[in-house]
Amino acid sequence: MKAAAFDYIRASDIAEVCQALNDGGPDCKIIAGGQTLVPMMAMRLARPSIIIDINAVEELQGIGGDESSLVIKACTRQAAAERSPEVRAKAPLLAKALRFVGHPQTRNRGTVGGSIANADPVAEIPLVALTLDAGLVAESAGGAKNIDISGFFHGLMETSLAPDECLTEVHLPVWNGGGIIGTGFQEVSIRAGDFAIVAAAVQLVVDESGVCRRAAVALGGVAPTPLRIEATAEALLSSDLDAETVGEAARLAANEIDPGGDVHASAEYRRRCARVMVERAIIEARDEALRRAANP
Amino acid sequence: MKPREISVTVNAKRYRSEVPPRLTLVDYLREVLGLIGTHTGCEHGVCGACSVIFDGQPIRSCLMFAIQADGHEVETVEGLAEADGGLSPLQDAFWETHALQCGYCTPGMLMATHALLRSNPDPTVDEIKEAIGGNLCRCTGYQQIVEAVRLAAKRMRGAHPEAGKDTIDE
Amino acid sequence: MSSEAPDSPRFRYVSRKRRTKEDRRFIAGEGRFVADIGLPGMKHVALVTSPHPAARIDAIRTEEALKIEGVVAVITGEELAQATNPLMSGLNLPDVRRFPLAVDRARYAGEWVAAVVADSRYIAEDGAERVEVDYDPLPFVVDAEEAMAEDAPAVHPAHGTNVLYRRKFVYGAVEEDFAAADHRLAFRACWGRNSTVPIETFGVVAKWHPGTGTLDVWASIQMPKYPEQIARALRLDANCVRVHYDVDVGGSYGVKRGIKHTVLVGYLARKLGCPVRLIEDRLENMTGGDAHGPERIFDVEAAFNGDGEIRSLRLRALDNVGAYAGRAPLQLAKPIGAIVGPYRIKSVEYEAISVTTNKTPQEAVRGFGQSPTNFAIETAVDKIARTLDRDRVEIRKRNFIRKDEFPYTIPSGSEYDSGDYHTVQDKVLDLADFPALIARRDALRAEGKLAGIGIASCLEPSGGNAAFEPLFNPANETTTWMESCVTKIDLAGTVTSIMATASAGQGHETLVATVTGEELERDPDGIRVVRSDSLASLPSNSPVASRMAIMLGGAASGAAKILKRKLIDIAAHNLQLPADRLVYEGGNVAVRDDPGRSLAWDELVEIAHRKYHQMPLGMEPGLQASYVWEVPKGGELPDAAGRVRMYPCYSFEAHIPLVEIDRQTGQVKILEYFIGHDCGTMINPDIVHGMIYGGIAHGIGAALYEIFAYNDDGQLLTGTFMDYLLPSVHEIPDIKMVDHSTPSPLTSMGQKGTGEGGYLGAPAAVASAVNDALAPLGLELNALPMRPGDIEALLRTKSE
Repeated sequence: MKAAAFDYIRASDIAEVCQALNDGGPDCKIIAGGQTLVPMMAMRLARPSIIIDINAVEELQGIGGDESSLVIKACTRQAAAERSPEVRAKAPLLAKALRFVGHPQTRNRGTVGGSIANADPVAEIPLVALTLDAGLVAESAGGAKNIDISGFFHGLMETSLAPDECLTEVHLPVWNGGGIIGTGFQEVSIRAGDFAIVAAAVQLVVDESGVCRRAAVALGGVAPTPLRIEATAEALLSSDLDAETVGEAARLAANEIDPGGDVHASAEYRRRCARVMVERAIIEARDEALRRAANP
Repeated sequence: MKPREISVTVNAKRYRSEVPPRLTLVDYLREVLGLIGTHTGCEHGVCGACSVIFDGQPIRSCLMFAIQADGHEVETVEGLAEADGGLSPLQDAFWETHALQCGYCTPGMLMATHALLRSNPDPTVDEIKEAIGGNLCRCTGYQQIVEAVRLAAKRMRGAHPEAGKDTIDE
Repeated sequence: MSSEAPDSPRFRYVSRKRRTKEDRRFIAGEGRFVADIGLPGMKHVALVTSPHPAARIDAIRTEEALKIEGVVAVITGEELAQATNPLMSGLNLPDVRRFPLAVDRARYAGEWVAAVVADSRYIAEDGAERVEVDYDPLPFVVDAEEAMAEDAPAVHPAHGTNVLYRRKFVYGAVEEDFAAADHRLAFRACWGRNSTVPIETFGVVAKWHPGTGTLDVWASIQMPKYPEQIARALRLDANCVRVHYDVDVGGSYGVKRGIKHTVLVGYLARKLGCPVRLIEDRLENMTGGDAHGPERIFDVEAAFNGDGEIRSLRLRALDNVGAYAGRAPLQLAKPIGAIVGPYRIKSVEYEAISVTTNKTPQEAVRGFGQSPTNFAIETAVDKIARTLDRDRVEIRKRNFIRKDEFPYTIPSGSEYDSGDYHTVQDKVLDLADFPALIARRDALRAEGKLAGIGIASCLEPSGGNAAFEPLFNPANETTTWMESCVTKIDLAGTVTSIMATASAGQGHETLVATVTGEELERDPDGIRVVRSDSLASLPSNSPVASRMAIMLGGAASGAAKILKRKLIDIAAHNLQLPADRLVYEGGNVAVRDDPGRSLAWDELVEIAHRKYHQMPLGMEPGLQASYVWEVPKGGELPDAAGRVRMYPCYSFEAHIPLVEIDRQTGQVKILEYFIGHDCGTMINPDIVHGMIYGGIAHGIGAALYEIFAYNDDGQLLTGTFMDYLLPSVHEIPDIKMVDHSTPSPLTSMGQKGTGEGGYLGAPAAVASAVNDALAPLGLELNALPMRPGDIEALLRTKSE
């Protein structure tokens, strides 16, 4: 399984990346972590004529931001994000989800931005980005632009990134104030470390009396793109996340979706697991928030 | 498409070569440098037989092109031996517990666990399993591999227990 | 887990904890696998494969491929059909012809249609993309039961039917026993298509030497009579083919038969006048290589009494062999040698049906059909227990052959050599602290969880008397299953043994060195074992059938005994005393009543090699011996009813896993795994234990994760490691093992085979545990693999 021949450019800054994308035409692909791209090339399902290696672009690595937003440069390694105290503090849902992403070796190369740009419908990082209303920054020879994640995923592995655009930053809004944050991430997979069959991400805020004041719920693996499930999130608001409310909210999620089937899981299995994963993720988030409330 | 010159440090030795961009890192190590200890099992990043250490981190060398390694540092199984050519404590522990049979996944297992012990000299069983979770073995059922890493960790920390006895407690 | 075996005090080296010889090179990355072999001028092969499950091949155009710089040649099946003989089958099927490349038609998606040879594998793949093939798709069939229908599309029209083999064997008074029994039950159990999938794919390098008229072959191989089959296909005399056995094989577990690859590459090497190498990539391997295993539907009936005695069994085994029939259909035959399992069942009917379909051809897999059959038998026993509302262990113990009943002849003619099933069962129950395990299961159930304990007690026939060959193909009258070993003590007194086969991690060098060291009373660490080649060596039947501890161990013992005898005789001659007055100890020979009078090893060696004047009259100079022997109890052909003695030695394994099932997702988690194992004398305990752990891991894969799944278009959906799910360390629990040893009376040191250990019982054990977990809901699942979706769908039927 050897890739078809290609030309290689190692970019040293963002401007060079954009120029190369501009000059290279539609047959040009960025290589970041390569954990998805290289197998596709080995199977000759992807045959870019030019590869632009962005791993040496220092401006594309790093974790920063301020109190309101966690900013992860697109080519930051998943392993670095996993180890980062800032990620743990400001985007605990992402820290939690990263443990499910592939294996340690793939996380040593795979990048946060690469996973989002790849847009696998069941991948953990795009799912979390969607749950948290991430803002993305993309650059091209024409300049930088902000992209709202809500319009970013178009279809199966398709995003609104133009062929000449490079994702450069991922901004995750920090949930501040209003109460205690709880996060839940649950997925069904056949083996540990596999791509999930269905994944559910939940982040919520609970006030001092245990009432849910804010919630975001999203599912992966049930559609060509990750999906926000607003009906479920709304159903949790103003409740004390009792078993009945949570169960009903999860059932709503199952009704919102129309998953497909494949060799690993039928459509009906995905639908039913979606309900279970949402329910478990909500409970996980709730219990975490309550634990934090009890031990501040 | 034209071959390009690269300079890669492998096991602390610098190599200069001309490679086509599509040559993978594992093929470069094996076919160009003659370091045949690293193996391919799937060429699509699942089995981990090709694991090497890249800039200090374990990665799959079938998922990188050699040209990407230009200017970087790679460690392979051939570099594990001690300065006098003897086996490293980890290698010796693999031998002691018989943590291999056909030997094909072994270099990958060694590099993954070598990296683990370098960053975590006292791993729990769960941490060992996490470190080799992406390295498939069809011969051993993993039991003696986990035992080897625990034994190596103990020996490297100076405790010197014997393999196979139930004195490794956790 | 102790590394010392129960019978170790008897032995100096055997059964003791010893590091293996092989590990030393592998931990240094110094293994020599086929992909490590580079010859000057070597070219590389990539395959062009059929996208259709069935199609006429109307034309193959190679001009575009040949234009690529570095592409040297492209060949097709048409060329091979002219120049080579068809590959052999284990059945008598003259109208089912097979060549390494498709001829006239493609019969499965992934079948190799053309081979491209180029300067590198990269360029060969570039060339393969440019080969143009005109296909005319034909009707196809992938389901075995559908393939049996009258109007099913014919996979091999010349054969006339898709049934390649069908025979019903009736052993004993089956009908009477069924009529007389208090109860009967019937069920269907399905074994999904899977295999043991090594991490190294198959590879072969061939080089033709016109000057000597020899074809040198290096391959990742595990195949009996491999050199002869290559020669035959290539129309060469057998002594023109030299297979080098000193290639390390990266795992095989039955599968690496490599005939079609080697014939292809051998042909190319001669035609092109340069060394040629084919290393399957994973895609070629999974869809077109030797990667698939049995796919079997068992229809089972059991007749039993109210007191739990199993009177009789009927098994119908329908196997989907895929598009061609190599050796694989015989995997229906081998289990006849243990068709009643470890039980005292007096009669059994076994119908074997081998059906061809447009799927990838099946190849041999670890156990050669025994694991699926054990799964069917153990499912029957569990169901009998459930029907009678009796304990599954108790039913087994009631029916186990007792240790005082050995040797025990089963209805199909095989003789079980020795065993103590009750003791092994008790040992594993003890190890598991069975009452506590039950309590743990019940506590999980009290929490509302689904939890189950599995019981599987199975035989591992070993030794490789492949009497199933003439059984299924009477035209193939053969009864010789030999193995050989040559050992020499050289001029300097060091010992070298020569074995005649390749190894894939089974530790044969350690086996031979340990056995030879034991016989000669010399440290195995100093004994070198070399893997020879097919021209320089004596006959071998390769490490299949869990036979090497028995056969190679026996041959090594035999050769060493001859050498020991010789040393004693030389000493006797030089000490001028009869041999019975002498004592051999550690390689030195002394007078029993006068130990001061002795001859040391070095002295004896020197006499043998350099002092002919001191040798006994007529004795051959030097110290070398060869030993070739037939499998114990071998030499009989089947009778008209299909009764025949098959494998000589029977190891035994008793599994007890504890599983938990997620009620909502159907995911199975194995919480505990206990196994009791008896393979007689263990030559090297670490090697034995390792094989059993690995076998259990294979079995867990077969039970829960692995399947070569096809869609209705005849396409393989699980052709990469992303979709064919091999268990990682996370899927394999900590396994606890207890050993027992009932030595075989038939072997040199009481050893039985263990190469298939763990695999032959683990699928049955995991299925048993899952069904125990489902039993309180009145549900059962008898199809492997049991994936989360399958279990969840079943659970749904209950909660709706």
